[in-house]
This record gives sequence, structure tokens and C-alpha cells, in this order.
Amino acid sequence: MKIDVNYIYLILAMGFVTYLPRMLPATLLSKRKIPDFFVKFLSFVPTAVLSALLFPGVLIVENKLNIGLSNPLFIATILTFPLAYKTKYMFATVLVGMGVVVLHNYFV
Amino acid sequence: MQYRKDELVFGIKRALPIVMGYIPVGFALGVMAADAGLSPLQMGLMSLFVYAGSAQFIAIDMLSSGVTAVPIIITTFLVNLRHFLFSASLAPYFRKIKQGFIPLISFFITDESFAVSITDAEQRPLSHFYYFGLYITAYSSWVVSTVIGATLGNLIPDTKALGFDFALPGMFLALLCMQMKNARFVLIALISGFLSIFFIYTIPGNWNVILATIIAAMIGVFLGDEN
Repeated sequence: MKIDVNYIYLILAMGFVTYLPRMLPATLLSKRKIPDFFVKFLSFVPTAVLSALLFPGVLIVENKLNIGLSNPLFIATILTFPLAYKTKYMFATVLVGMGVVVLHNYFV
Repeated sequence: MQYRKDELVFGIKRALPIVMGYIPVGFALGVMAADAGLSPLQMGLMSLFVYAGSAQFIAIDMLSSGVTAVPIIITTFLVNLRHFLFSASLAPYFRKIKQGFIPLISFFITDESFAVSITDAEQRPLSHFYYFGLYITAYSSWVVSTVIGATLGNLIPDTKALGFDFALPGMFLALLCMQMKNARFVLIALISGFLSIFFIYTIPGNWNVILATIIAAMIGVFLGDEN
């Protein structure tokens, strides 16, 4: 593949269209009052986003839905859930889960 | 505004799981870019300007199959539209930081940095020192790991065997647990999670996160006020 000066324009354009949706709401909305309906909607966004990222992230392996013992990420999620729920400690959850994945890869 | 070292350090610490997740993914992207013919410099510039994992994977895939610029730019825009929601959600918390910093700080909003910072901001008011600490640490790790991936190519060790692919899901899981304030949030999480999987298989083009989020959050609004 050949890449020239156009590559620079390409990534600048990609950067620009990525930046706009990141910047505009925060910049505009932080100065004015947000309607109650929208505030309520936004209060559910973190929960919904996290779940929308987590579920496919651990249940889909190589484009296939895998809800079973052969899926190390699924097992790690199930086993670390009590820890995550009780302690709310992000780093411990990550490290313990990684340990589970390593053991799973080794033994299963 | 007074220098807040404690908040800066707190932000950097909170970035650690993100860094652990970004390193293997950044490596993988760099390796793929090298295979597609990009130099480490070109890889690094893309990460610097765009800083959006899934969009970069898609863009490099399109570049290597000879797609022209305009479709790549449009796809990048669509794939990254979900940041609109993140940015809007952070807006109320950004009231507490210096307004002039908002256009700069919001450049660094990703799935992961959003998830961590909104959770922390809900706990207590945080100044821009926290956001810079968290966001720039995550950003640097992304840029550097994609460049290393593009430089070393297939010499990169297999991080999968070390369990690194659980770093980001593990982080999302812990953050999700912090959001579970009552039964309504549990219900919304379940709806959004299953919708997200459903949309992956039914609607092409990475729309699953944004669609699942909007629908699930709307259901939350219409469920009413009781706890």
C-alpha cells in the first residue's frame, strides 16, 4: 500500500470528525441548564454504556456467542462479580480476573 | 486555580486498568497497521489525532483494502458518534472545572476514560487536575503502544495468554457494579447488555453500543421515579 501526503489530510479529517461529538456537548451543555428529562436520561447512560460494552466483550469470542465453560472471559466475569460488587475495587477485579483467565488458559 | 497534586495522582492511578487494557489492544492495532504498510510514524500520528480504538481498527482495515478517504472519514464519524452521549453526560460535572479547559479535556473522551471519570465524578467534585491525570495517562499509553506494535510487528509477545484481554472487561464490570444503586439500574444494565449483543448480530456497522444505550436509558426514564 502506498501512502502519501494525503494520509496526513485523512487522519486530520478523521481526528476532526471524532473530536466534534466529543467536544460539542460538554462545551455547550456545561454552560446552560439541561432539561430534567435529559438529565434523567443521562443518569442512566453510564450504566447502559458499561453494560453494552461488557456483555459483548466477554460473551462474544471470535465473533461467536459463547456462554459456557470454554470461554475464559465469561468464567472470569462470573467469578470476579462478587468481588467487584462487594469491594467496588477496580484494580483488584482486573487482576483477579486476569489470574482466572491465565489459569483457565492453562488448565482448560 | 490552585495546583492539586492529590487529584493529579488520583487520576493517574485510576488510569492503570485502562493502560493495562490499552497496551495489548494498541500492540494489536500497531501490528495490523504494519501489515497494512503503515510506518510507525504514520501509526503514531493517527493515534495522536484520532485516539479512538475501534475506529482506527476499521480505518486501517479499510485502508489496506484500498477504500478511499471519504468513506473512511464518514465511517470514523459514525463509529465515534457514541462519544456524543459521553460528552453530554460529563457536561454537568465539567461545570466544576475551568471552562477554558473543556474543549481540550473533552478531546480525550473514550469509552474507557468516560466510564472511569463519570464514576469518580459522581462520588465527589473533581478539578481539571484529575481529568488531565487520568486522560493523558490513558492517551499516552495508547499512542505509545500502537507505535511499539507498528515497530516490532510480529515480535510482540502473546499478551492473551497473560489474561490481558480481561483488563478492560474487568474494569467495565467493576465500574458497572458501582452504578448498581437500585433494582432499576440492574434492570437497565441487563436490557442494555443483551440489546448490545442483539444489535451486533442484526445491525451492521458498530451501532450496538449507541443503540443499546439510548434504548435502555429511555426505558429507565419511562420506568418512573420509584426506587
